Amino acid sequence: MSTKTPVIEVEHVNLGQNGHLVLEDISLTINEHEFHAIIGPNGGGKTTLLKVILGLIRPDSGTVRVMGGTPHEMRVHLGYVPQFRTFDFQFPISVQEMVISGRLGHLTSPFRRFSQEDTDAATEAMETMQITHLKDRPIHDISGGERQRAIIARALAGKPSVLLLDEPTVYVDSPTAVRFYDILSQLRETMTIVLVTHDISALSPDVTNISCVNCRLFTHHDNQITDDMIAGAYPCPVELIAHGVPHRVVPDHDNRVFGGRK
Amino acid sequence: MIEALGFEFFRNALIAGFLASIACGVIGSFVVVKRMAALAGGISHAAFGGIGLGYFLGIDPLAGAAAVALGTSAATAWIRMKAHQHLDTLVGAVWATGMAAGILFIYITPGFAPDLFSYLFGNILLVPRETLLVMAILTAGICGIVAILYPRLVAVTFDEEYASVMDLHPDRIMVILLLLTGLTVVMLIQIVGIILVIALLTLPAATARLFSHSMKELIVGASLLGIVFTTTGIWLSYAFDIPSGATIVIVSACVYFGALPLQSRIMSRRESA
Repeated sequence: MSTKTPVIEVEHVNLGQNGHLVLEDISLTINEHEFHAIIGPNGGGKTTLLKVILGLIRPDSGTVRVMGGTPHEMRVHLGYVPQFRTFDFQFPISVQEMVISGRLGHLTSPFRRFSQEDTDAATEAMETMQITHLKDRPIHDISGGERQRAIIARALAGKPSVLLLDEPTVYVDSPTAVRFYDILSQLRETMTIVLVTHDISALSPDVTNISCVNCRLFTHHDNQITDDMIAGAYPCPVELIAHGVPHRVVPDHDNRVFGGRK
Repeated sequence: MIEALGFEFFRNALIAGFLASIACGVIGSFVVVKRMAALAGGISHAAFGGIGLGYFLGIDPLAGAAAVALGTSAATAWIRMKAHQHLDTLVGAVWATGMAAGILFIYITPGFAPDLFSYLFGNILLVPRETLLVMAILTAGICGIVAILYPRLVAVTFDEEYASVMDLHPDRIMVILLLLTGLTVVMLIQIVGIILVIALLTLPAATARLFSHSMKELIVGASLLGIVFTTTGIWLSYAFDIPSGATIVIVSACVYFGALPLQSRIMSRRESA
């Protein structure tokens, strides 16, 4: 890992929505094999930034490059785990059907059917997420944690080089979240991971880089949340309580951080 | 009762019901899971404008209905793509405008509009043999397109955003789905009429959904239920000499409301098992 290969390059991105600036002059580089956490307050533009990277939203200005190409060209290399609440879990679809649908991006024509390779990729993804035993169950019939794993398995079925997750631990209980981070650290060996969360206490100690987004981006090429990041990103004074926060994330000498915009 | 099968009009009615049920089962399933029932209602009521236009121009009113239904479907898909909000308001506007335009066209057309009532409420006992052939072709076409696009249709209706990320062009898929919905609506006008189309499109699928674990099960279940509902409705309508369209809808609604409490019992049993 001596030479860093950038997989995602965001340069001077500006985006306004409904007359408000949502993203202001965002520049961010994510290199291969990073486990990059994007944190920030609710409504700070984290999800929007993720959608800009995915090419779902076009920025007003600035450029986004994914593995050297446009997001549109390189989508097949991206795995996306949308926010849990955006799903209709009453939809009649089995876990297996949902997971294999993640292979559709690999089919070259609308007339193609799933091949053995697609089935194998789906099976492997379900094994990784430990949901093989649920494969024939409809998604309305499984628990919240199992649903979350099925959503990630769908992204993994596409064999992505970069996995982008939006608030993946919001609806799972703590023991499930811990297991979930074990799986993520296992996945780190084969792909770059970008994780968006507002919950700093939920960060895994395996995170290699942290960026903080609140319209603007505050970054530290390290895995520590620093004073100035918090001060810049959170408009109101924030108190970080070390209890429950993985110790590597908050600097040793400063368990309590008070920040505020000057 | 069996002697009714000796009449050609009765056999035609059963065949028409069968064909429409299959189209409804296939398209209605997607309409229900994608929550587009109001949209389908809007398209069918807009089609009334086409019926009025048909009278006014002196062409087959159903041809006018088909043109307007497909035009509305395409326009709705386009607006849906451009502006995601306020679709319900728009549907309401299209719904009312279509009905109003139809009434005005019929009013300014000299003479009497003979079959107006059957376009509004349907009359399956009046389906001519030539129409059956058109219905068979339409049904086969709808089934064929859905079969080819099936995995994409499911992916887009389940999660449009992810379909975008996979480059499946969900906008195009939705245009196709809405056009197929428009075609199905036109077919159903013959059977239950404009006002009741929405019932036949949604009730069999909504009932089948209570017990389905996959889209395939839902489509097959909705088609079979549709066949049972239309056949039962046609027999009752013949036996008691009551309007066929309304009878089919009432039969469908009775089964749907009857099945609602059954579903929660079955689901809770499965969870405890």
